[in-house]
Amino acid sequence: MPFRHRLSVLAAGVLFAVLGTTLGATAAKAQNTLLNVSYDPTREFYVEINKAFAQKWQKDGGGKVAIKQSHGGSGKQARSVIDGLDADVVTLALAYDIDAIADAGLLPKDWMKRLPDNSAPYTSTIVFLVRKGNPKQIKDWNDLVKPGVAVVTPNPKTSGGARWNYLGAWAYALAQNNNDEGKAKAFVADLFKNVPVLDSGARGATVTFTQRAIGDVLLAWENEAYLSLQEFGADKLEIVVPSLSILAEPSVAVVDSVVDRKGTRKLAEAYLQFLYSPEGQEIAAKNFYRPRLKELATRYADRFANVNLVTIDQTFGGWRKAQETHFADGGVFDQIYQKGR
Amino acid sequence: MLAKTSGQRPALDDRSWVRGFLILSALGFLLLFLVLPLVAVFVEALHRGVDAYWDALVEPDALSAIQLTLIVAAIAVPLNLVFGVAASWCISKFDFRGKGLLITLIDLPFSVSPVISGIIYVLLFGLHGVLGPFLKSQGVQIIFAVPGLVLATIFVTFPFVARELIPLMQEQGTEEEEAALVLGASGWQTFWRVTLPNIKWGLLYGVLLCNARAMGEFGAVSVVSGHIRGETNTMPLHVEILYNEYNFVAAFSVASVLAMLALVTLVAKTVLEWRFGAELAATRH
Repeated sequence: MPFRHRLSVLAAGVLFAVLGTTLGATAAKAQNTLLNVSYDPTREFYVEINKAFAQKWQKDGGGKVAIKQSHGGSGKQARSVIDGLDADVVTLALAYDIDAIADAGLLPKDWMKRLPDNSAPYTSTIVFLVRKGNPKQIKDWNDLVKPGVAVVTPNPKTSGGARWNYLGAWAYALAQNNNDEGKAKAFVADLFKNVPVLDSGARGATVTFTQRAIGDVLLAWENEAYLSLQEFGADKLEIVVPSLSILAEPSVAVVDSVVDRKGTRKLAEAYLQFLYSPEGQEIAAKNFYRPRLKELATRYADRFANVNLVTIDQTFGGWRKAQETHFADGGVFDQIYQKGR
Repeated sequence: MLAKTSGQRPALDDRSWVRGFLILSALGFLLLFLVLPLVAVFVEALHRGVDAYWDALVEPDALSAIQLTLIVAAIAVPLNLVFGVAASWCISKFDFRGKGLLITLIDLPFSVSPVISGIIYVLLFGLHGVLGPFLKSQGVQIIFAVPGLVLATIFVTFPFVARELIPLMQEQGTEEEEAALVLGASGWQTFWRVTLPNIKWGLLYGVLLCNARAMGEFGAVSVVSGHIRGETNTMPLHVEILYNEYNFVAAFSVASVLAMLALVTLVAKTVLEWRFGAELAATRH
């Protein structure tokens, strides 16, 4: 009965495939792999970091190490880690997303104090990316609320970069209006009326703006804007630096419950330390993240525009407060975005 | 032809311009919506030469994505084959209460958005889900790992085989099986020698469709994947990642492989229909 015979061969094949995957999964859980769950625009940066760190780790006698990456909108990535994505380290767009993971009990709530500079080894800010020649004459935040200007930004609910965008606009409006919260709210509401589409992550928004040619201006991470310039050419796009912007501190942390279960704590901690080392800082600067080390900040000073930067702690009283006021369900963003529709 | 001589327009003979217009618009539609996009994928993939195309495919992350896609399909499709045959056998050859409900349940994955199919597995097996904490304490990882991808794929491709077989088996009725049983065959013998030969072409067709969807599924798989490069990225997910990294040649190269897998499926189906056309016509309508 040839048909029957073939079926049993097929069944055996399936069995082997299942066994193979299970074994493969177990092997991948060995100590020399590290999973870094990160946000959207860091793809190119961490490719370089991972390569350099793996070389250093091996040279220092740590053996071979394979570092896996996962990228997406910062809030979405935090959600995945909370749901059980086995991240040894998280390198997210803002502190609140790591706070959320801490609230789920995966790492201690004082995680931010464990590493220097609020656990943010590099900083960035928000700039504008416009089409060549700046046809809509966009120079500062107040040009974004003008009628007929289409602004591209991702969704602040899921994207870290978008939350920095939103707070940058808010901080500008506060500075213009003697800290009048009501006027700031109206300003940001007007801005979001000009947003035709909300992507879930910064990279999606960049592709919408550059590839699909939607919108007149993209609110982008400084590093993402420079990368787009490199990718698509300075003959198509231009960077506009606003008069005031926000100091974005993308935070990093070891996820204790994961590294303790997998036995990867030493490796994970060394990996994050590497980001603060001169070598790591130089890679950051080359990828248009503002380095923390004085020496490198001076060396790469001409890469970064001199902007008046406000911080989340001074202007908004820290991330937890900003999150609750602006981005929680029913918060200010929900109010203005519903009304705008 | 007889009708023509009588001077009346025959009912089955449309005017030539009507025929021409219909044929042209159908062809134009096909060209615009199927052929052009397909060609575009290959043009985009090859526009920096064959070397760049090949490099994109043998890159470790791409290889791992291809391998993962094949593994997921290799597990999901046979399981759905067994399930599909069992379910349609049960539904078409027996009468029982709740049959309508069972058919509706089988159809459920067709009507539910794939994203929801993904999220239910997160709710079940996530760290804060119903079964997640227990499984985690046992060291079993379901979502954000291969088992989750397989589960999501099985769910989404659940109905393909059964949907193909149920009408066919209902139409065939139970007479042949009854005859076999009366002549003294056991249940298994009846299944292997009577039922299975009758449905084999319909079954094959269902499996091909099931396989095509299993390899191409995006939504449900995206939710449970965790997007770990080189580990839990299937081909459709890998295409999206490459596209988002401005790596268009590589994105379209991998997409072209997916397209080719689909084409192979289609060709296999066409060859089957061509070689066994008569037999197919007898068992499928």
